[in-house]
Amino acid sequence: MNVIEAEKLNIVFNAADQPVVALKDVDLTVAQGDFVSLIGPSGCGKTTLLRAIADLAPLTSGRLTVNGMSPDDARRAHAYGYVFQAPALFPWRNVTRNVTLPLELLNMPKPERAQRAAENLALLGLQDFGRKFPWQLSGGMQQRVSIARALSFKPALLLMDEPFGALDEITRDNLNLHVHELWRRTHMTSVFVTHSIPEAVFLSTKIVVMSPRPGRVLRIIESDLPAHRTLEIREDPKFVALAQEVREALREGHSYD
Amino acid sequence: MTKALTKTLPFFTVMFVVIIAWYIAAYFLNAPQAVALMDPDGPTGFWAVLQACYSMDRPVLPTPDQILSALYDSIFHYPLTSPRNFLLQAAYTAQTAVTGLSIGLAFGIALAAAIVHSRVLDRSVMPWVIGSQTIPILAIAPMVVVALGNIGFTGLAPKAAIVGYLSFFPITVGMVKGLRSPDTMQLDLMRSYNATGAQVFGKLRWPVSMAFLFPSLKVAVALSVTGAIVAELPTGAQVGLGARLLAGSYYGQTMMMWDALLLASMLALGLIFLVRAGEFLLRRQRGGRL
Repeated sequence: MNVIEAEKLNIVFNAADQPVVALKDVDLTVAQGDFVSLIGPSGCGKTTLLRAIADLAPLTSGRLTVNGMSPDDARRAHAYGYVFQAPALFPWRNVTRNVTLPLELLNMPKPERAQRAAENLALLGLQDFGRKFPWQLSGGMQQRVSIARALSFKPALLLMDEPFGALDEITRDNLNLHVHELWRRTHMTSVFVTHSIPEAVFLSTKIVVMSPRPGRVLRIIESDLPAHRTLEIREDPKFVALAQEVREALREGHSYD
Repeated sequence: MTKALTKTLPFFTVMFVVIIAWYIAAYFLNAPQAVALMDPDGPTGFWAVLQACYSMDRPVLPTPDQILSALYDSIFHYPLTSPRNFLLQAAYTAQTAVTGLSIGLAFGIALAAAIVHSRVLDRSVMPWVIGSQTIPILAIAPMVVVALGNIGFTGLAPKAAIVGYLSFFPITVGMVKGLRSPDTMQLDLMRSYNATGAQVFGKLRWPVSMAFLFPSLKVAVALSVTGAIVAELPTGAQVGLGARLLAGSYYGQTMMMWDALLLASMLALGLIFLVRAGEFLLRRQRGGRL
């Protein structure tokens, strides 16, 4: 079953001088359990595509369904959890209460909220930090809290918009492991925006290479890497070959310009 | 040097300098009258004049010790129910200030919430909010008293209205900014949860705006005490520190005026202290940051 289906998707922003074509004729399907990375340089529309799926950006034309519903209905049905480029935690709430925020909005009873938060924090190795406040945590931990928050109401789909873009490489590797572990355990359908080739190859079952001006899909690369991956897989010839393929696809779109 | 000393030393140094300067000024300001009133057969010379300057019944500038002893006298030598007791007068003013401040706070927050949620109100009301503060309060206070008096509101109500009129402004300006301060990402986050407008307000806009409410509240407190005193002036000078201030100036009772002034600043300090206590409690609940 396909969780996301996009057909001839166009998104045009009306800028002051001339309209900007953010996405042009994008076709994409994401199946249940897929981990899909959207990769490309700035301006290729990868974030816009993710925002369109989340109903945070309006479509200009084309067909887009999420869980068989319109993006608007899917959002109303709490179909997805969204992880932003920055953690976007509420500094006046401690870690646990940040994670329970969406549950409060759903009017879940308090004991259940607490239990759910504890589970999700444990899933990301944050079980001892529930009473800390966001500004007492490192950037990487903050982003883990924001992932725990996105998972708290058990959405069918996890959308992540360059969640680790602002972090150093060591922290990033660690978080990639966390995300991979999470996906391996839950097989939660995920869409992940990045501009890091190793990150995309490491995490994905499917890599969507995009190119700017206008934003479009250049190529979709299926990964045949095993489901269980460790950081050492990056030395594996298969991994290297896949990364090479992604790099060539990016170059094809002249998207290094 | 201990921490407490390094913290308080600058304050007390300034206080010491001010007090010295005060006594010097009192000498120069009171001397002409003091000399005129001196017993021609009594002792003369600098020390006699100095003594006379510091012990006049109606000095131009009373000394700090005279102000304090007059205050002590009014508080401990008259019953609490006597209009000559300054605590009673201060209580009237405090009642006006606190009632007016509550009105200003409630109205200011409600108006800010309305402005933030309505583009029409933002365009139409905001200029009037700013315009409202360009009118001198001294000019509008008597009109408010007369107008409200005509429809049957006398005593506390018109005074509280004037205080509310003054104190709602910093609250509204601060809260409009505060309620608008959530960033796009935080708002998108709430949208991704399909949060209702009320939920966005309660869980995001309101808590975020607290960092703006408290500074506004401190300004509003200072204005509320000023407003309460100004509001007491045109009401026929019956009760309150403002009335004592006016009576003092009518009868040349400078000590009465200074005592009213002293209590007014104590009142403002007390209210500021309450605001800071509220801020402290919220800060503690939030792990140390607002």
